[in-house]
Amino acid sequence: MFEQITERLQRTLRALRGTVHVDEKALEPALKDLRMALLEADVNYGVVKEFLASVREKALGEQVMASLTPGQQVIRVVNEEMTALLGGAQVPLSLVGPSPHVVLLVGLQGAGKTTTAAKLGHFLRRKGHSPMLASVDVYRPAAREQLLQVAKSANLAAFEGAAETPQEIADAAQAAARKDGHDVLLLDTAGRLHVDEEMMAEAAALSAAFSPCVTLYVADSLAGQDAVNSVKAFADRVGLDGIILSKLDGDSRGGVALSIVSVTGLPVLFVGVGEKFGDLETYHPDRIASRILGMGDVLSLIERAQENVDEEVAAQLEESLRKATFSLEDFRQQLKQVRKMGPISKLMEMIPNMGGNVDMKALAPGEDDLRRFGAIIDSMTPDERQNPSLINGSRRRRIATGSGTTVQDVNQLLKQFAMARKLMKQFGRRGGMPLDMMGPSGL
Amino acid sequence: MGILSRSLGRTRERLKGALQKLLPSEKVDAATLESLEEALISADVGPITAAELVEGLQEAAPTGEETRRLLRESMVRILEAPENGNRAEPEPGRETPWVALLVGVNGSGKTTTTAKLAARFQKHGCSILMGAADTFRAAAVEQLCVWGERLDVPVVAHQSGGDPAAVVYDACAAGSARGADVVLIDTAGRLHTKDNLMAELAKMHRSAGKVIDGAPDEVWLVLDATTGQNGLRQAEDFLTHAGITGLILAKLDGSARGGVALSIAHRLSLPIRYVGTGEGTDDLEPFDPEAFVDGLLGEAS
Repeated sequence: MFEQITERLQRTLRALRGTVHVDEKALEPALKDLRMALLEADVNYGVVKEFLASVREKALGEQVMASLTPGQQVIRVVNEEMTALLGGAQVPLSLVGPSPHVVLLVGLQGAGKTTTAAKLGHFLRRKGHSPMLASVDVYRPAAREQLLQVAKSANLAAFEGAAETPQEIADAAQAAARKDGHDVLLLDTAGRLHVDEEMMAEAAALSAAFSPCVTLYVADSLAGQDAVNSVKAFADRVGLDGIILSKLDGDSRGGVALSIVSVTGLPVLFVGVGEKFGDLETYHPDRIASRILGMGDVLSLIERAQENVDEEVAAQLEESLRKATFSLEDFRQQLKQVRKMGPISKLMEMIPNMGGNVDMKALAPGEDDLRRFGAIIDSMTPDERQNPSLINGSRRRRIATGSGTTVQDVNQLLKQFAMARKLMKQFGRRGGMPLDMMGPSGL
Repeated sequence: MGILSRSLGRTRERLKGALQKLLPSEKVDAATLESLEEALISADVGPITAAELVEGLQEAAPTGEETRRLLRESMVRILEAPENGNRAEPEPGRETPWVALLVGVNGSGKTTTTAKLAARFQKHGCSILMGAADTFRAAAVEQLCVWGERLDVPVVAHQSGGDPAAVVYDACAAGSARGADVVLIDTAGRLHTKDNLMAELAKMHRSAGKVIDGAPDEVWLVLDATTGQNGLRQAEDFLTHAGITGLILAKLDGSARGGVALSIAHRLSLPIRYVGTGEGTDDLEPFDPEAFVDGLLGEAS
């Protein structure tokens, strides 16, 4: 369902063309689709409303840059706005004050606090700290046992002592951490519903008693509209310094990140991307932005194309495309341009909808293929490059020998070239996606 | 019904705000319909389903009262469509055990729900056995064993890290040998995108069938009520790989409304069987479409 929505959004954005300014009439359908995509990505309703208002304001009447289509321009505005909302520079985990620094992990049941505690311990140790883990969850059966086990398998110190209340355990753990020379104490708390008055009071009391150096909220990236209500309640009652977004290795769009960050203003410090201890990554707002929209990294692709492609060569290519005189010579130029832009697989990944398009997939040769293709074309005569139909069996053998490849390789290249040319003609006619999305060079 | 009504209270507040603007005899305007749509989306019903529900109203309902009635009817119809009432609960005195597999993503509440179901069926007079097939998560086996002790229900468990399909096999075999009426199997949480882990579920499914003909009787997806639109993906993938037969909506005692369950019922024709409303073993209720919708719409049930 989400794919359908983003596909439609992309179609709408592509349809925004031929104008000097982005006008209201052209923008409206795009904003409507954008709204659907954001809501389907679980961005909070109120946040979506505000976001669309600011996109509308920024995109309207903006002079369309010569090098971008109006559709690309709107994508740029959307991306810029979203990245800005998602938080600019990365915020490091800052541990200051007297040692042991207490790091308090809070959140709803099942958000992933215990697993995150182990991952965070693993991360801190790699940064040269000496963390100790302690679970103050006296409610869920075997919760403390779980923390001891994950700590053991991550080879991290854990507080094993038992006590009646969370506060008593935390007290004893703090003393143990101090005694054993640990500089960080990670406190894993019981999961609680933000509407559970008693449990929230307990967390608030724990926070008041220990004044943790950092209190982190573990947010489930699978969560929906209600995520803002729970994080707000935790921020109000317990006080939060940052967010860890868990379970981002699934296929949720992670719209909850946008909701949480824009509602609370709290930084996201880490994202959890797997079940292993090392699966805790620093947060990249730009990645989350493109994930939420499901549009691949269209913008950075546009940027890369602009940075690396020689404008003049590109113009020639475009010319030959329009005239449908696309030759192997052009193909070679194009392969060179593509190689300048970085690994082809990376590029394909960044183009939305590429995965499902069989023709485009067939056109995506590997790095080795590119090198081989270059050699094969270099072994052709200028005539052959202009007019590939000249290339008969004996010429194929000659080219293969000359380029150190096989006749099959030559055949493969010619076949791919024929396919590319066919596709180029189609796109050239209707000005479709490759030209639009990839800048003037196309593929 | 009390707990469910309470837990839906917040959703109701929201929808009530929108619905209260609907004066019985007054014509419904676009702004009112928009606020209805907002309320539905805020309840995680999803933008597409919400738009469909509201679109239907726009054409058909000239007054506030009719709007309310039509919305309620169409939501109940969606929830009743997957034949919620048709599947019976297990009863005591069975010849072979009735087997249920509980599946879901990490942290959705499978282990707690397993214990709650055991308590429920035990109250009906069934003898129960639980299988701890979550051999992956640290202390998951211990967690289920604690519940087993509290409920006085035997638990079949292997070493942590063992083959979960073997646990399923042994649990079913032990259930048969001891004449248990019900075998409830708790599985490890897994994201639906991990193919190898999803394949493991299919294997567990087969293991149950090897011991007892036709087992498992039910495969229930435990869905966290706070889940957003990804819930539909989860249900689709668990349906494909594990053949889920229904949903259990856990953690409905928070302010989350579980509206994605409506979309799941709508798109995949899966019944919602139970709702979890707390951390106690009694905090599980059979799903009641009418009450669910009445709760959502803020009407006395």
